[in-house]
Amino acid sequence: MKIPFAGAIDCDLHPAVPDVAALMPYLDPFWREHLAERYIDQSPFTLASYAPQLPHAVRHDWRPQKGVPGADLDALRRHALDAFGTRLAIANVLHGAVALFNADMAAALCTAVNKWLAREWLDREPRLRASILVPPQDVDLAVAEIERCASDRRFVQVLLLVMGDRPLGHRTYWPIYRAAEKHGLTIGVHAGSTFRHAPTGSGWPSYHLEDSVLQATAFEDTLVSFLAEGVFQKFPGTKLVLMESGFSWLPTLLWRTNRSWRGVRTEVPWIDRPPADIVRDHVRFTLQPLDVPDADVLNRIMDHVRSDELILFSTDYPHWQFDGDDVLPEGLSDAMLRKILIDNPLATYPRLGAAAVADRTRAAMREELPP
Amino acid sequence: MNKPVTEQQVKTAQKLGFVDCDIHPVQRSPKDLYAYLEQRWREHIENFGGHLCQGLAGQLPFPRMMASGMRADAYPSNGGPPGCDLELMQRQHLDLNGCATGMMICLSRGGMEERNLEFGAALAHAVNDWQIHDWVEKDRRLKAGVVVPQEYPEFAAREIDARAAENAAFRQVIISPRSIEPLGRRKYWPIYEAAARNNLVLGLHPAGNPNGHPSSGTGWGTYYMQEHYTFGTSMIGNVVSLISEGVFERFPGLKVAMIESGFSWAPSLGWRMDKQWQRMRKETPHLKRPPSEYLREHFWFCTQPMEEPENPADIHDVLDWIGWDRLMFSSDYPHWDYDDPDVALNFKMTEEQRSAIMRDNATALYRLS
Amino acid sequence: MSRHVVAGVAEVPPGRCKLVTAKGREIGLFNVGGKFFALANRCPHKGGPLCDGRITGLTQSSGPGDYRVIRAGEFLRCPWHGWEFEIATGQSYCDPNTMRARQFNVTVAAGDELVKGPYIAESFPVAVEKDYLVVEL
Repeated sequence: MKIPFAGAIDCDLHPAVPDVAALMPYLDPFWREHLAERYIDQSPFTLASYAPQLPHAVRHDWRPQKGVPGADLDALRRHALDAFGTRLAIANVLHGAVALFNADMAAALCTAVNKWLAREWLDREPRLRASILVPPQDVDLAVAEIERCASDRRFVQVLLLVMGDRPLGHRTYWPIYRAAEKHGLTIGVHAGSTFRHAPTGSGWPSYHLEDSVLQATAFEDTLVSFLAEGVFQKFPGTKLVLMESGFSWLPTLLWRTNRSWRGVRTEVPWIDRPPADIVRDHVRFTLQPLDVPDADVLNRIMDHVRSDELILFSTDYPHWQFDGDDVLPEGLSDAMLRKILIDNPLATYPRLGAAAVADRTRAAMREELPP
Repeated sequence: MNKPVTEQQVKTAQKLGFVDCDIHPVQRSPKDLYAYLEQRWREHIENFGGHLCQGLAGQLPFPRMMASGMRADAYPSNGGPPGCDLELMQRQHLDLNGCATGMMICLSRGGMEERNLEFGAALAHAVNDWQIHDWVEKDRRLKAGVVVPQEYPEFAAREIDARAAENAAFRQVIISPRSIEPLGRRKYWPIYEAAARNNLVLGLHPAGNPNGHPSSGTGWGTYYMQEHYTFGTSMIGNVVSLISEGVFERFPGLKVAMIESGFSWAPSLGWRMDKQWQRMRKETPHLKRPPSEYLREHFWFCTQPMEEPENPADIHDVLDWIGWDRLMFSSDYPHWDYDDPDVALNFKMTEEQRSAIMRDNATALYRLS
Repeated sequence: MSRHVVAGVAEVPPGRCKLVTAKGREIGLFNVGGKFFALANRCPHKGGPLCDGRITGLTQSSGPGDYRVIRAGEFLRCPWHGWEFEIATGQSYCDPNTMRARQFNVTVAAGDELVKGPYIAESFPVAVEKDYLVVEL
């Protein structure tokens, strides 16, 4: 169904860097020279998980005649913001720098992406907020970039891909979570892989279909990592947002970790309450993709997880998760819609400036959507 | 130590004559297999031993919580590990609980993850002999699974054909789901062909030893809590592979038992696969139907470890979505997260539903009657 | 309710459970710091033989990487799924409000009382000079 009122907060959409040339103004002289010298400036930096020809990567009516999908601000305004009456949207730039092995190069590019995002998107479109793209290859460099971006309040989140070198709860990543907690930034883990490992414990599947489906299991393993490693005890202010995870696997995870916790507690004694309670307090999930056949099942899933506060609205533009305006399932209650579209996002992102935004959002909700 | 047997318990269990789809016999030591191994391989065990993809010899790098992963009360009084003593298994489980049929899942020393493929083949062959001589012939309630090394498909197919012809006690084929390639890949098709040809179920049970890949696409975890969780997620990878590669188009008679990998994840997986397949259909033209249909028709799920929803009644949604004809009781005796048949299914169900789970579904799948 | 003489006090040292049967039930006797407790040998989780489990202390942590054991000898881990129960109360550590092992009242009685008093001694020889554990169920 269509969004019934204006004012939604879209927690996952994807502007794209058109080419390395667009980043050049934001790179220092060495990297400008070095990338050109090695012809890296001709590289598209597209993640394999989202190669643009893949069916899920770009909805056909959102695919531009030419250029990189998601690279055009006007198109994004039309297709993703105006079309849904969106009040605020959080931009997650899935740039391939995170898949390089050279950490310094990756860090330089991530910094350039964040600067480009701030100047050419956030400055021009007041509805946009953003995640800080950080180089996962080097945690110190990632922290430095967080510190650099933190004073710009339009950055609300730190962006990481779900499949990298090791499970994200591991202590090596803790400086990132320390910095994020300090600055009130959420941790945004998005679908996608740098393919440092086979996507499964049995190796490399043949088909994109499989890689795509199995993102969900990577999210499960990631969430168990955050729980087991005690990230939420160490950094109690952490808010973890799982993006594009297809959360209908969540009941299994809550039930399974609750059961096993009681037996494995002495291995991880910092887990001081049922994992399901920890998840309900600290973890949120963007709406797309909706891995349920209808709203009845969605309502049952939310009963199973015992919370209606977990789901955050998203369009996932320009990825193909729904057709036309059909961004929500039919049959959700008005109260549930309000939570998904507005209240849950506002409660999740400290840096959205909840109070001020809420007032403006309530006003916007009374607006009708453009025809 | 025995639990007190109340009259009521014995009556209930025996009345039902339940099928236990997951029992783990183990050898007392490698010497239990010597009778079934050529001299060359007995010497190999003594001079070289196993060759696996892990850093510790004869020890798990993710140690288990309880006594090597076993019920602490299942150690035989005359020595040896839990599961090595038939008499204790009978007393503590088969007789006590009124088990009519027990499907043996032999995980130990079967050579499924052995890097030396000839050695692995010899071990599998020996374990299959051992199952018959040391277990099935001594207790006719027990059924066997043909253990085969999945990385050596030509041998596996031969072994399956031979065992199926030789003894009707073999009802399924056991391979390790910690394979080097996802299980749907063509490399493994000779195994599925042999299983289907002989009307044997493919039994997938999580394995302890890794096979060259981290347990998760996210890399190696730190704690056993994480490793334990990957027993479920890594099985999902194999389910997706078997379906996506068109194994069930090629072998429409093949049936798969998912043992000890949980089941509540299945409906969610079906919805997700269908949704993605709708968009990506051109990549897999060999799939004639939505993935969830293959999941629905070719997979059965064992109950252990039983899900424990925060609201126990929620399990009914899951069972309705999966289908009450798809679940089969399993105890996992003598492992630590053992489910007792009298207690494990502690949610409301009709008598028919209980009979289906405790006996009828497995009877139909494994053609036991 | 009836009272059953189940063991001599000397048979239940700290750190070791003594299993006895009374009225057809298996009961584990524990000595925690000189006080005696009795728990049904049946885990409230899934029916495992709780009293066969390991007697432990309580593992605590102030955060990831920190491990401490306190209250040695006061807890019992079910041998099946490892759930932890406080011997003195029968409460599950992780679910104190909803999960509890069945407890029985146990008192110490002197031998000469038992010889004279109304307690049922189930084929248990009682000597006048010693102390015995009496379970009520």
